Amino acid sequence: MEHYNMNLTLKVWRQQNAQSQGAFETYSVKEISSEMSFLEMFDVLNEQLIHEGKEPITFDHDCREGICGACSMHINGQAHGPWHETTTCQLHMRAFKDGDTIVVEPWRAAAFPVIKDLMVDRTAFDRIIQAGGYISVNTGNAQDANNLPIAKDKADESFAAATCIGCGACVASCKNASASLFLSAKVAHLALLPQGDAERKTRVLNMVEQMDKEGFGACTNTGACEAECPKGISIMNIRRLNAEYIRAGLSGSIAK
Amino acid sequence: MKNFLTSSIGKKLVMGITGVSLIGFLVVHCYINSLIFLPDGIRRFTEAGHFMGTNPIIRTLEIGLFAGIILHIVQGLMLTVQNKSKRPVGYNVSPGNKSSKWYSRSMGLLGTLILLFLVMHISHFWVPNRYSQHFGSGYEINLYEKMEMVFQDPIVVLVYVLGCISLAWHLLHGFWSAFQTLGLYTPRYAPLIKGLGTAFSIIVPLIFIAMPVAFYFGWLPPASSYVPSH
Repeated sequence: MEHYNMNLTLKVWRQQNAQSQGAFETYSVKEISSEMSFLEMFDVLNEQLIHEGKEPITFDHDCREGICGACSMHINGQAHGPWHETTTCQLHMRAFKDGDTIVVEPWRAAAFPVIKDLMVDRTAFDRIIQAGGYISVNTGNAQDANNLPIAKDKADESFAAATCIGCGACVASCKNASASLFLSAKVAHLALLPQGDAERKTRVLNMVEQMDKEGFGACTNTGACEAECPKGISIMNIRRLNAEYIRAGLSGSIAK
Repeated sequence: MKNFLTSSIGKKLVMGITGVSLIGFLVVHCYINSLIFLPDGIRRFTEAGHFMGTNPIIRTLEIGLFAGIILHIVQGLMLTVQNKSKRPVGYNVSPGNKSSKWYSRSMGLLGTLILLFLVMHISHFWVPNRYSQHFGSGYEINLYEKMEMVFQDPIVVLVYVLGCISLAWHLLHGFWSAFQTLGLYTPRYAPLIKGLGTAFSIIVPLIFIAMPVAFYFGWLPPASSYVPSH
């Protein structure tokens, strides 16, 4: 792909802290390489701001390899920007052209309060995991491979669900700010494997209860989460979450 | 178990169960009313209507139907309001139709339009009919004649057509969505449910639209042409 440089106008959400009223600030950046990642472009902008004696923009990032789930940013109305199944760190500037105006906002959800600028508090996800996104059964020492027979299709489906990086794009994209896709991936990942089977009923009930406590909305099956998920987590997992929930509820299990 | 139907998923289960029941009602309603398009349709429709209006089992189910409709409406409106409150600060640039269909995001609005239509619809037929049965002559009214009369007004016909179009969009999302919520939209049955849902959402509202339109343009035999045999 041919390399080119571009000049851009950025409209970025600036907010001092969770209590303060935020607002958009407009910045211009020059000579941005098409081969930069979106976050590298932000690094350039932040260097520029530091040189000007202004406060750099706060944003989350960690691995910059598309696997950690730290980066967020709602870019031109889409979580992680315009590319399909891409995190912001893997979004490259060739997605834009010279003269573009790019609007960058934090994830918007009651359950994800803004900490500063583009950084939001996603610990609600951690608390959902703490409510049951693990197994506590004793599995003993590491066994020989294939000691536990797991059907290929189940293993594949479980693995596909396990690729969820917990970035929150599903919540950011859902009109109800629902965490159903995230939760469903965690529930399906464990429910499909024999290790997770023992606690599947209490797990789903506990995790749903925690999700509701955190203030996420209910799922209305619009499919926006799936469309914006950087890992392509399928809403078929939400189908499974619902089935697990019904099964647990009808069996008389209770959340603890 | 105590929160089974009141958690976020539980509320959706209520929507799904009542939704599927209402789809079942639409099948019966559409079947009986479409009898008017068959040869000797007035007699067929009147007989079927008489059965539905007087059979004790059907009349008992009618109570359940109303309970289901009210639950679906109240729960739906409450969910719409609650879900909206989960994003107090909105986006400056919204994703629009890039990641979801407009009608899947507009179920509350479409449902409200259907509700407004329903109020008019019930006051046209159901209310006078039951009134006549219980407080009037003791018999049902002539529903065919009533339709013929009501559908002379072009404004009424237009409202019915718009109501049915709202229903079509509502069903296009609601049909498969109900099965997804109930955990039945498995990969194996997904194509069947989606296909059936799409066909249902188009065909049933079209048949309903055909009724006021056919009466308005006088395509159906006049009520006066039918003389009951008894």
